[in-house]
Amino acid sequence: MPRLIELQNIVKNFGHQTVLDHINLYINQNEFLTLLGPSGCGKTTTLRIIGGFEQPTGGDLLFNGESILGTPPHKRQLNTVFQKYALFPNMNVAENIAFGLRIKKMSKPEILESVNNILKLVNLVGFEKRSINSLSGGQQQRVAIARALVCKPAVLLLDEPLGALDLKLRKEMQVELKNMQQQLGITFVYVTHDQEEALTMSDTIAVMNEGRILQIGTPEDIYNEPKNAFVANFIGESNIIPGTMPEDRQVHFADVTFTCIDFGFEKNEAVDIVVRPEDIEIVPENASPLTGIVTNVTFKGVHYEMRVDANGHSWKVHSTVQSPVGETVGLSIKPDLIHVMKKQKGRIS
Amino acid sequence: MKRLFGYPYGLWLTIFVVLPLGLIGYYSITATDAAGNTYFTLRHFHMFFEASFPGQPFFSRLYVNVAVRSLRLALMTTVITFILGYPVAYIMAGKGFSDKSVLLFLFIAPMWMNFLVRTYAWLAILSRNGILNTFLAWLGLPILDILFTDSAVLLGMVYNFLPFMVLPIYTALKKMDPRIIEAAQDLGANSPRVFIRVVFPLSMPGVVSGITMVFMPAAATFIIPNLLGGGQYFLLGNLVEQQFLRVGNWNFGAAIAVIMIGLMLVSTFILSWFGRAEAKEGGMKE
Repeated sequence: MPRLIELQNIVKNFGHQTVLDHINLYINQNEFLTLLGPSGCGKTTTLRIIGGFEQPTGGDLLFNGESILGTPPHKRQLNTVFQKYALFPNMNVAENIAFGLRIKKMSKPEILESVNNILKLVNLVGFEKRSINSLSGGQQQRVAIARALVCKPAVLLLDEPLGALDLKLRKEMQVELKNMQQQLGITFVYVTHDQEEALTMSDTIAVMNEGRILQIGTPEDIYNEPKNAFVANFIGESNIIPGTMPEDRQVHFADVTFTCIDFGFEKNEAVDIVVRPEDIEIVPENASPLTGIVTNVTFKGVHYEMRVDANGHSWKVHSTVQSPVGETVGLSIKPDLIHVMKKQKGRIS
Repeated sequence: MKRLFGYPYGLWLTIFVVLPLGLIGYYSITATDAAGNTYFTLRHFHMFFEASFPGQPFFSRLYVNVAVRSLRLALMTTVITFILGYPVAYIMAGKGFSDKSVLLFLFIAPMWMNFLVRTYAWLAILSRNGILNTFLAWLGLPILDILFTDSAVLLGMVYNFLPFMVLPIYTALKKMDPRIIEAAQDLGANSPRVFIRVVFPLSMPGVVSGITMVFMPAAATFIIPNLLGGGQYFLLGNLVEQQFLRVGNWNFGAAIAVIMIGLMLVSTFILSWFGRAEAKEGGMKE
């Protein structure tokens, strides 16, 4: 697949503060790429650099192989859906959507046709003459998407577009956005701090923290094989336990040696172990070397979330069957569900 | 309870707004005959429009002419303060300036002084042997004798009213969401287009209140033309002042005041209508 956008060693400083620290990233044609990270990790700044609203302190930004750092935003072949929509309050819905087309000097019948088509796509037929202030958050959000999509950009940049919506609407819009992206064949660069949103929608996720990209990969890769404790902790829930690797395919943690599938570590190298709560199986006390006492049970709808104190660690376990508080249980983990990660420098935030 | 808090305000409004306006209205439609009896009449209004020169064309009649000159001066003041003020407000609201910028301070600082004092200062600057001419002479340039001319009056008006134009526009521009401007750029608009389509229409409320805040007092002023025009510059404000304080004809003075209020109402109406039309300007017409 051809690389559409490429960020090479992008650095951005605000005063003495480094916001982006050598970002390297490429985005393929038709890809849905999500920049995921906690607030202040530099994901929005990255998006604004791609959009042309910020100039990087260093590095280069390529579009179809050519640098576009000198190109002002209005000449870049991409459009943005802003965080708080940034609709023009002095124009009605149709005028907002037509803004970009009128700048392009499209003929009136063409504009009208494009506006009508895009209104159908975002389910806002009949809202043409409505003023922006009379729309709900979800409707405004659709207008913002329509206004950007109607220009048929090569890339659509979306800055936490669903952040202001309630949970139900957000879930619906996630599906709708993904459908639109596939239907129209437009490259999406999506910024969010919501890991579930990222997992649901993306082809590729880039996890960011403190101005760096920690891991790039498919949602499955990132979830199943987190590269370090931060990613593991940020994406989904996990138990993170320090451990060592006495030899290949053997890992020692919580005073028990487990069989795993990882290899290539130094003898007795210190590592971090990640185990997802749903990957821990509750077995009878005598069926596992790791036993503990259930201290807490919470009903979460699909599953029960249990806390099990075992060998000096409070384990988070998800199971559809609940064990009563105070019961002693065995915890079993399959070898391929133990994720061994090299120790990362610094603390897990 | 809420109503109780409203009473002082109501009292204040009655004493300082309703009562004076009512009195002016009353005076404008009454007259007192030689015997001391008060009667209702519209002759003051008749006098204003017919003056004592009934044969003359409408606009050259004495008082109508004064009104026209007042409105013309107010209009010129408004146009010039707008042309000077908008760019200043635009620059101050831009990224490079903070709320505490020196430029903003320089615009607000003169407002702390009494405007009479400020206008007197211009006398010192503009007079024959004043600061301006001393400076020009020092440069070897011919001196300017503009004090007590139309230019001096206009200069004084623009100087005094400029902050009233700048500040509302500045506020309107400052509170504009920068993302809206970015959105316009994002959709392909270059800087002039962003300004015409988005920034200017959205600053219209500021422009309208700026124009109102300059035009209204400018049309009623009499101190500035008195001082800088050397008493030769006769405007509606002077006319009212003259009728009340010198001639002692309160009835005719009140009638002129009522006419002025009428003119203001009409211009406010036109302005707000214009403002609404302008705010729609960026839109698509079908």
